[in-house]
Amino acid sequence: MERFKGRSLKETLDWPLIICYLILIFIGWINIYASVQSAEPSSIFDFSARSGKQFIWIVTALVLAVLILFVISPRIYESFSLPIYAATILLLVAVIFLGVEVKGSRSWFEFGPIRFQPAEISKISTSLMLATIMSQYGYRLNNLRNFILTAAVILVPMAIIVAQSETGSALVYVGFIFMLYREGLSGWLLFMAGVAILLFILTMTMSPYMAILVLITIATFCNRLYTGKLKKWMVTVLPAAIVLCFLPSGIEKLIEITGAGEDSFLSRLKLEYVIAGASICAIPFYAIRAYRERSRFGWMSIAAFIAGLILVFSVDFIFHDVLQDHQRKRIEVLLGLKDDPSGIGYNVNQSMIAIGSGGFLGKGFMKGTQTTYGFVPEQSTDFIFCTIGEEWGFLGSAAVILLFAFMIWRIISDAEHCRESFTRIYGYCVASCLFMHLFINVGMTIGIMPVIGIPLPFVSYGGSSLWAFTILLFIFIALVRHEKRYFS
Amino acid sequence: MKLDKSNKLKIGLTIAVMIIIAKLFVIQIVDEKYKIDASNNSMVYAIIYPPRGIIDDRNGKILVGNKIAYDLLVTPKEVEEFDTVALCRALNVDETFIRKKMDEYYRDRRKIGYQSVVMLKQMTPEQYMKFAEIAYKFPGFRGQARSIREYPYNAGGNLLGYVSEVDADFLKTHEGYAAGDYAGKTGIEATCEKYLKGEKGYNIYLRNSRNKIEGRYREGEMDKEAVPGKNITTTIDAELQHYGQELMQNKVGSLVAIEPSTGEILTLVSSPGIDVDMLADIGSHYNEILSNPYKPMFNRAVQSSYPPGSVFKLVNGLIGLQEGVFTPQTEYPCNMGYHFGQNKLGCHDHRSPIDFEESIMMSCNAYYCYVLRGILENRKYGSVAEALDVWHRYVESFGFGKKLGSDFPSELGGFIPDSKYYDKVYGEGRWKATNVISLSIGQGEIGCTPLHLANLCATIANRGYYYIPHLIRDSEEVPIDPKYTEKQYTAVDTVHFHEVIEGMYRAVNSGYGSGGTATIAAVEGLEICGKTGTAQNPRGDDNSVFICFAPKDNPRIAVAAYVENASFGARWAAPLASLLVEKYLTGEISEGRKALEQRMLEGNLLDKVKTD
Repeated sequence: MERFKGRSLKETLDWPLIICYLILIFIGWINIYASVQSAEPSSIFDFSARSGKQFIWIVTALVLAVLILFVISPRIYESFSLPIYAATILLLVAVIFLGVEVKGSRSWFEFGPIRFQPAEISKISTSLMLATIMSQYGYRLNNLRNFILTAAVILVPMAIIVAQSETGSALVYVGFIFMLYREGLSGWLLFMAGVAILLFILTMTMSPYMAILVLITIATFCNRLYTGKLKKWMVTVLPAAIVLCFLPSGIEKLIEITGAGEDSFLSRLKLEYVIAGASICAIPFYAIRAYRERSRFGWMSIAAFIAGLILVFSVDFIFHDVLQDHQRKRIEVLLGLKDDPSGIGYNVNQSMIAIGSGGFLGKGFMKGTQTTYGFVPEQSTDFIFCTIGEEWGFLGSAAVILLFAFMIWRIISDAEHCRESFTRIYGYCVASCLFMHLFINVGMTIGIMPVIGIPLPFVSYGGSSLWAFTILLFIFIALVRHEKRYFS
Repeated sequence: MKLDKSNKLKIGLTIAVMIIIAKLFVIQIVDEKYKIDASNNSMVYAIIYPPRGIIDDRNGKILVGNKIAYDLLVTPKEVEEFDTVALCRALNVDETFIRKKMDEYYRDRRKIGYQSVVMLKQMTPEQYMKFAEIAYKFPGFRGQARSIREYPYNAGGNLLGYVSEVDADFLKTHEGYAAGDYAGKTGIEATCEKYLKGEKGYNIYLRNSRNKIEGRYREGEMDKEAVPGKNITTTIDAELQHYGQELMQNKVGSLVAIEPSTGEILTLVSSPGIDVDMLADIGSHYNEILSNPYKPMFNRAVQSSYPPGSVFKLVNGLIGLQEGVFTPQTEYPCNMGYHFGQNKLGCHDHRSPIDFEESIMMSCNAYYCYVLRGILENRKYGSVAEALDVWHRYVESFGFGKKLGSDFPSELGGFIPDSKYYDKVYGEGRWKATNVISLSIGQGEIGCTPLHLANLCATIANRGYYYIPHLIRDSEEVPIDPKYTEKQYTAVDTVHFHEVIEGMYRAVNSGYGSGGTATIAAVEGLEICGKTGTAQNPRGDDNSVFICFAPKDNPRIAVAAYVENASFGARWAAPLASLLVEKYLTGEISEGRKALEQRMLEGNLLDKVKTD
C-alpha cells in the first residue's frame, strides 16, 4: 500500500522551482506597488490599485497551482491535448472578430472587468500538443511528414497571432526551435537561422554588399570546415574577402579623385549585383565537386547560399513592405539607424536611464524617481524591470535574472532526467517560452532588443499572463512529481 | 561532462544571461551617462535670471535701465481643473488663448514632462499682482520675475540696440544660452552682450518619487547665485545725443560729435532713427521699422558711404603742404573755376587770386585743382600713378578708405581710389592728373562715412593725430582694447595744421560779407573752426556737409554734420553742427541764435529724399 501511494509530498515536489516561483511573484507584486504613481500612498492591498488587483491574481494563481498539483491527474494532459489545442485555435480566431481592440491589436476578450488574451493560453496548449505528438512511438523529426506536422502545430497559432497584430507574442514561438534542437533538429538549422538574422542586420546597418561578402565567407568556411580543407581557405578566400571589404570605400575615393559625375560608370556601378553575379558564377564549380564527391553537405550549402542571397535582396522588400510602420521604426532605432530620443527611442532611453540610475544597490523600495514619475511608460506591465533596476540596483536586477536563469536551468535538468519523453518535451517547451520572454522583455528594457511588448513572466502586472505562466509551470511540476512518484 | 544537446542549450542560456548581466553592469555601474540623465529627471532647476547690466552715459545718467516684469509659467503636469474664466479675467487674455495653450501642452506632454513652460511673457507688475492674489486657485501656474529693459532718455536708440528672446538660429551659433533667455541683438546690447548678460543662477530642488518637491538639493549647497550683468559706461552724452536727435528729426543724415582729446563719441545721430520706446517692445514694432522707407535700422553715421565734398580740400591742402608742392603763401587764380583743355571745373564768385587760408575760408575749387595737380605731377615721382599712390597713403593715414576700427559692429570702410583702380577704369598709363581732378574737391570716387568726417575734424583739432572713435568707456569691469588709447598719427606734420585751422577759423568767424562760407555757424566766444562742403548727390539736391571743432585751442568737441539733399553746406549742416557745439560747450543756445535753432528744429527735408 505504501509503495503504491508512491513517495511523500516533500520528496516529490520540486521545491526549488516552487520557491523561485513564489519569490518572483512576490517581487512582481511589490514592484507593481512601487511603480504605480499616485500622490497619496495607498495600501498595497488597495483593490482599486494595480497592486491590490495583482494580489487577487496571485491568490487565484496559487489556487490554480494547488489544483494542478493535487487535484488534476497529470495523466489527462496527454489525452486532452488535442481538444485543448483545437479549442485554443478556435479562441484565437474568434478573438479577431469578437475581441476588443487594445493598442492597435485585437487580441483580448473582455468579460466585464476581466480581460484575457487567448495568446497566453495558446503557449500552454501548443506546448502540450507538441509534447503529445512528438512523444508518440515512432516519431522522428527527420521524417518529413512528422516534421511538417510539428511545424504546423507551431506555425498555425503563430500565424493567427501575427494576424492579431501581436507580432511580439508570436516571436515567442520562435523559441520552440530550442526544444526542436534538443529533440533532434540539426544544429545547422539553428546555425542557419542565426546567420539569417546576422545577414538581416548587416543588410540594414551596413550594405547588401557587405552582407553578401559575409555570406560568401561563412558559406565557403563551412564547406571547407566540413571537408577539412581549412588551410587552403585561410590563404585564399579569407584574404580575398578582407580585401573586398575595402572595395566600396576604394571606389568612392576613386570617384572623388577622378571627379566622375553622377551618371558615370563608377557611380552607377551596383557592387552588390557584381559580387552576387560573381558568386553565382562560382556555384557550378562547387556543384560539380559536390556531384563528384556525392556530398550531401555540398549540395545543402549551395542551397543555403542561394537562400541567403535571396534573403539579402529581399530584406529591403521585407523591411519596407512586410513589417508594420511601428515595428520598422523600432528595429531602426535598435540598430541605430535612426536616433530618435523623443519618439520610439524615448521608451528605451527612459527605461535605460531608470535602470542605470539604480546604480549598484538601487535607490531603495519606493524611492525610485524615474519610474514613478511616468518617464517610463507601461511601468507595471512590460517595463516592470525598470522599477526593479532603479529601486534594487544591479544587485536586485541581477538577482532577478539569476532567479530566472536558475529556473530555466532547473527545468532543463528536470526534463532531461525524465523517462517519459512527453514530460521532457513539455519541459523544454516551458523552458523555451520562459527564456524567450525573459530575454526579449529584459533585453528591450536595457536596449539590446527592439521594443516588443511582451510581459516578464510572473513579475509583470496582469492576470491572464500570471495565470498562463502559473499553469504552464505547474503542469510541468506536476508531471515531474508524477514521474518521481512512480518511477524513481 | 558530455557535450550533448542539453548541455549545449545550457551553455547558450548561460551566455544569454551573461550578456544581459554584462549590459546591466555597464548601464548601472560603468556608464555615468544614465545617472546624469536621471538626475535631470528628478532634480528641479529653478532658474534665477540675473538683471542685465545697466548702460550709462558719460556723466552717469542711465541710458538703459531695468524694470521688473513677470512671465507666467505653467507646469502642465501639476495643473488641475481650474476656472478658465477667472484666470482669463486675471490675466486679461482671451479664453481661446488659454484653451489653445493647454491643448498645445497636452499634445506635447511627453516632451514637456515635468518641466515648466512659459505661457505669457512680460506681464507688467500690476497685471501680475492681479493674478498673484488668486494664484492659489491655480496650481501649476506661477509667476517668474524677470528684468526687462527700460529707457529713461530718448537718446541713442540706434546705438543702444535692442534685446530680444533668443531664437533657434541664435541658439545654434551661441553657447551658454537656453530657450527663453534674452540677448542683445544689435548696437551696444550686442557688442557688450558678454558683459551685460550676467550669469544665470539656479536653485536645485529635489522631487521625491511622489512628485512632490522634497526640499533643497543638498541644502542648497549646489545652488548657484545669479551674477548681475556688468554695467557699461558709454562715451555718449545723453543730453547732447537727445538734442542732436531733436535737431535731426525730419531730416535724413547724420550728426557725429567726438571729443578730440580722447576719441570718445559724444553724440552719434543717424536720422531717421529708432525711438527707445520702440526698442523696449521691438517685437511689435519690428515690421513697422522694416517697412519704413527711410530705413531707421540703417545707421547712416557708420554704414553710409558718401562723397565728402569740399571738406576734403583740407586733406588735399595738408598733403600738398607736406609734400612741399606749394606754401601757405602761394596764390592761385580762380576764374569762376579751373580750366584745363576744353574742360572746366566750376567755382563760385569770389576775389582772385587768393592764398591758402583764404582758399579754405572761401572754399575755392580752382585752388585745390592746382594743389592736386601739384601733388600728382610732382617730379619726385616717376608717374602720376606713383604720385597718386603716395597721395592714397597720405589719405589713408587720416583714417579714410578703411574701417576706423571703432566699436561698432557694422562700420563701413568707405573708398579712396588708387592707381590700380584707375588703371582698371582707363587702362594702364592712359589717365592723367586731369582725369582724376575731381578728387581735389572731394568728389569723384571718394566715399567716406560721417564718422570718417568727424574723425577728420578731430584730427585737425588735434593738429595731426586722432584716437580711434569709440563708444564704450574703459572701466575696471569692462576693459576696452588698448588701441583706443593710442594716438594715431597722420603722415602730415603738426606744423602744417596751423594754416588749415586758421582758414577754418576765418571761414566761420570773418563776418557776413567777407566771403567766409560758414559765417552762419559763428557763435560769439566759442571760436568755432569749420569747413563747409556741398557734395553732389546724383539722386537729387546736393548733400549739405559741415565739419567743425571748438574752441580753436584745446578743442573739446569736433562735429561732422551730413544732411542728404539739403543743398549748400551752410544751409543746413553748418547751423546744425554749430548748434550742437554751442549746446555742448555752453549748455544752452544764446538768445541771438534761438531763431536759427527754431528753424533747424522745424525744418523738414524728408520730401526731398528719394526713398525707392
